[in-house]
Amino acid sequence: MTASATWRRWLPYVGVLTVAAYCLAPFYWMLVSSLRRTSDIFDNSLLPSRVSFENYRSLLNASQGFTRALLNSLIVAGITTALALLLATFTAYAMARLEFRFKRLILTLIIATSMFPVVSIVVPLLKLFTDIGWINTYQSMIVPSMSFALPLAVWNLTTFFRQMPDELEHAAMIDGCTRGQAFRKVIIPLAAPGIFTTAIITFIAAWNEFLIALTMTNKPQMQTAPVAISKFTGATTYETPFGSQMAAGVLVTIPLVIMVLLFQRRIVAGLTAGAAK
Amino acid sequence: MADIKIPPEPSTDEPHLATGRRSPVSGRRSAAPATEGSGRMAALLVSPTLLVLTIVVLYPTLVALDDSLYGTKGLDPKTGFISDTEPFVGLKNYADIFGAAGDRFWNAFWNTTFFTVVTVGLETVIGVAMALIMHKAFSGRAMIRASILIPWAVPTAISGLLWRWIFNSNGVANALIGHQILWTTEGFHSKVAVIVAEVWKTAPFIGLLVLAGLQVISKEVYEAARLDGASATLQFWHITLPLVKPALLVAMLFRCMDALRMFDLPYILIGAQKNSVETLSMLAQNEASNVRFGPASAYSVLLFLYVFLVALAFVRLLGADLVGDDGKAKPARKRRKTTFSRRTEVTA
Repeated sequence: MTASATWRRWLPYVGVLTVAAYCLAPFYWMLVSSLRRTSDIFDNSLLPSRVSFENYRSLLNASQGFTRALLNSLIVAGITTALALLLATFTAYAMARLEFRFKRLILTLIIATSMFPVVSIVVPLLKLFTDIGWINTYQSMIVPSMSFALPLAVWNLTTFFRQMPDELEHAAMIDGCTRGQAFRKVIIPLAAPGIFTTAIITFIAAWNEFLIALTMTNKPQMQTAPVAISKFTGATTYETPFGSQMAAGVLVTIPLVIMVLLFQRRIVAGLTAGAAK
Repeated sequence: MADIKIPPEPSTDEPHLATGRRSPVSGRRSAAPATEGSGRMAALLVSPTLLVLTIVVLYPTLVALDDSLYGTKGLDPKTGFISDTEPFVGLKNYADIFGAAGDRFWNAFWNTTFFTVVTVGLETVIGVAMALIMHKAFSGRAMIRASILIPWAVPTAISGLLWRWIFNSNGVANALIGHQILWTTEGFHSKVAVIVAEVWKTAPFIGLLVLAGLQVISKEVYEAARLDGASATLQFWHITLPLVKPALLVAMLFRCMDALRMFDLPYILIGAQKNSVETLSMLAQNEASNVRFGPASAYSVLLFLYVFLVALAFVRLLGADLVGDDGKAKPARKRRKTTFSRRTEVTA
């Protein structure tokens, strides 16, 4: 009886630890492996026998071109996010605040595009971009990325705008603002947290994109970080540089992990807002 | 308010400001009938998005449909020179999948279907379990929420590399199970590797969405059930599951759509052109990068149709269930509540 009572008391903690271990163990393994020396990379101990930054040093060496890949990722994901947010803010405002014909249909269509298989647009666009000489350019990655970034941003922002009380604008408009001014001076500042959360979620989606970047580039200096890492190869096929790959993985993931840790509450709210309606 | 000296605004803002100024009251929500001004303003606000989506989604889809009717350009094996014209072949690219050349397509089709069914099934079970644990946990919520977001934030391409390292022949997975399995070579085990990696990354996402659904169920419902003598298992099947079903179905729909277009993970974890794990997305991309645009377009059109049909089935199922739930769940809840209040009266 007492044993089962103790068990019951500790069960939630065991559960929490199990979930946390499930989520974190593989990530931890990436971190640990990245800190091992090449000579003991196959060592399976939980802590590196000697912490070494050898992998990071060789990775950030200019000749590897990895810093360039990180910069490419930043440019592509950054511009995609900025464009998507700019367009989505106006559209989401109309979706949340205005009454017009076909509103439901249009919103459904926009959301439906976010479920679209990316490869269906990548194939024709590859042909098109080859013809107009866009291969290995930033726009060849940014334009197709809008296909998933824009619907994602519209959907997230619509839910955020809907949560804001109507009275705010009404008050501003009674005070003499036009709708445009009310939008710019009242709604936008107040919706800033929502816009910010949407920006993070969109940025993460764009940063993680692989298929478009892989298809639209073949020059190493134009590849984004995920593509560049997937192409790291050792001297022979039997000598995959796992240490460098793990270090690169950590570097690509760390910005996202920091964002997640800082804004976890908001991100969870943003992710679940759409589903819970 | 000086609204003349505005810092340079994006051009889309100007016309909508102008319309707003002309009829300030136009778009109030309380004014039920859509006024002309509100309609015009909405058109101005919505059209840039629709225009972009037309260019990046609708137009390529139509081009793909057209491309799928053409064959491959002739390739001169001696010079490597590609002749400029693609012969019109009609529906041959589609007909080919039922012929001898269709093996690769059907293999990819079954791989895609298998991955979708198995991963979404496992993710749902694990995700719901995670959500229940998180819902019960009173301490360590922040920690668990942060850790559950990590797999979601790790780029799929990176998780592919990470799992390839874990599933290396001398890696930690083999050390843990004490067998030497060459996970990343052709065979069923490579499917297992892809499924494990995919489930790791996405089960927490389902957990998160289900948790949001769990948090809106009122405690009273459970209290009433407990007073009626319902066991924990019974409560789960008859209260929790029906009430989180809408949230769960939405999560599963998202995951299915995502799994059907799976590309990054098998591509990096196992590699391109591996029969055991080649999905429809990988097949179409591979054909396209080998300048075989005709078949590639045909495959991508078929994948699009497949995704569309699954989504349609889900929405039908979802819609039907939402209506069904509203009809059934509410009276049941009320009945329980009344039983509950009657009992309190008795005890009082």
